Amino acid sequence: MTIAEKILAAHTDADGIAPGDIIKVRVDVALANDITAPIAIREFEAAGANLADPDMVVFVLDHFTPNKDIASANQCKMVRDFASRCGVRNFFDGGEAGVEHALLPEKGLVGPGDLIIGADSHTCTYGALGAFATGVGSTDLAAAMLTASAWMKVPESMKFVFKGKLNPWVGGKDLILYLIGKIGVDGGLYRVLEIEGPAIEKLDVSNRLTISNMAIEAGAKAGIIKADDKTLDYVKGRARRPYTVFESDPGARYASVTEFDCADIELQVAFPHLPENAKGISEVGEVRIDQVIIGSCTNGRIEDLREAARVMKGQKVSKGVRCIVMPATPEIYLQAENEGLVKTFLEAGAIMGPPTCGPCLGGHMGILAKGERAVATTNRNFVGRMGDTASEVYLAGPPVAAASAVTGKISSPEEVES
Amino acid sequence: MKFEGKVYRFGNDVDTDAIIPARYLNTSDPEHLGKHCMEDADPSFASKVRKGDIIVAGKNFGCGSSREHAPIAIKACGVSCVIASSFARIFFRNSFNMGLPIFESDEASAEIKEGDTVEVDAASGLIRDLTTGREYRARPIPPFMQELIADGGLMEHIRKTGGI
Repeated sequence: MTIAEKILAAHTDADGIAPGDIIKVRVDVALANDITAPIAIREFEAAGANLADPDMVVFVLDHFTPNKDIASANQCKMVRDFASRCGVRNFFDGGEAGVEHALLPEKGLVGPGDLIIGADSHTCTYGALGAFATGVGSTDLAAAMLTASAWMKVPESMKFVFKGKLNPWVGGKDLILYLIGKIGVDGGLYRVLEIEGPAIEKLDVSNRLTISNMAIEAGAKAGIIKADDKTLDYVKGRARRPYTVFESDPGARYASVTEFDCADIELQVAFPHLPENAKGISEVGEVRIDQVIIGSCTNGRIEDLREAARVMKGQKVSKGVRCIVMPATPEIYLQAENEGLVKTFLEAGAIMGPPTCGPCLGGHMGILAKGERAVATTNRNFVGRMGDTASEVYLAGPPVAAASAVTGKISSPEEVES
Repeated sequence: MKFEGKVYRFGNDVDTDAIIPARYLNTSDPEHLGKHCMEDADPSFASKVRKGDIIVAGKNFGCGSSREHAPIAIKACGVSCVIASSFARIFFRNSFNMGLPIFESDEASAEIKEGDTVEVDAASGLIRDLTTGREYRARPIPPFMQELIADGGLMEHIRKTGGI
């Protein structure tokens, strides 16, 4: 069996599960945000019952916060009132809120072997800790609030092995953009991406979270990396519940097995308007930009900010470029402050924004005008994703984003003189 | 259950930002969402679509976010069902859970033209293009999904059976 099959099997009463079976599973964590929770709460209240377990529900107000307008303020208030009324303790708001998929691992709310559903497509992020985590809609979430369970079709798994040594500056973002470039935005449709190999073992947890975060951009149901010593070091002292480490059996069956040699993988940039349009930095050419976003659930962790600061230290953001840095959680922000990274960014002329999803989904705090281009460490570059339908988003990791902010065009960090 | 309507065609990888842009997600009011359905792909769509009309698209329809606002917006603007060669998985779940019928057929997706009148029989999965006279078979809906639809969606199913 694969890791995915083992985790599902551990959460169901069904016997001998196999890909294609539809099973009922117990859910450890059910997550929603200020956009998706209101619909879930309305559905839940219409059913007129109690929460199956208030402690398995997690609400994070992170998308249109700090409240963008009256309508979004009302949505947040509705979730806040419900959380208070129903005793949802894992409720994150104001100065306790961060971008949900950076916040939950940090708070130890998710861990190896967990089965997590979230009314947010990037819930697959937690697969990096050896969990089965997948995005669902608000109604699925309402059902989990009522029953602490969900229905799942047991997915097939596709194995991807990253071999060899990473090139300088190359990180998790480049590996996942490269992978999506190879298999396409529906290459993993209905399936699990199981990601492993010597290069993955060398990556820190933050870079692994970046990889699993974007499994959905290949259409996948989950993106799982088995838990190892690095994972356990990370969850130790954080985990709020016991966890279980699962590993795929040597004879586990996969829909496909693909090997990549990291020597072939340079820094990646995904061109508009799909994450699959990944190119190596050497093929990019001259692309002038107007904005840089460094942050999000994909690349807003402290390791990402350190890389960006390493490139920007002593440099200036190019005249005419707006560079917005958003630490993904309050704890990351404080850490960045303590390490002097915030000073580096501000001295370079970057804007420090609050922990929020904000511009990633074109919500607020960094919207693009017609014809403008952004380099972003986020996860989607669909038409109109960050603003006007005639604007463009180029996806990259923190080193390329930071270098581009300095040069005013899409650049490798090696182009920034130190 | 049968649907009949005029076809509006879209391409491959129609994402949830195209179906309902995030700037409208500060509400979940179906009427408001319906008015902006497909706005970034075809700004005039919501004003020209009529009750019962059908969307036909290529592969991976509904990719991107988990927003249930996407099937809500499609239903609210009057569209009766969506035919595509494949659907993104969260959109697939959401559509059934919300009671928006969706059908997978490579042939129907490839051949049906914008403006054709199409009839779909949900029970049998038979798709008939009344303009060309051609018929297609959608992939069968998994039995568990048929139960959900028969009960009127996921929440009704739970109400009826006491669980999932």
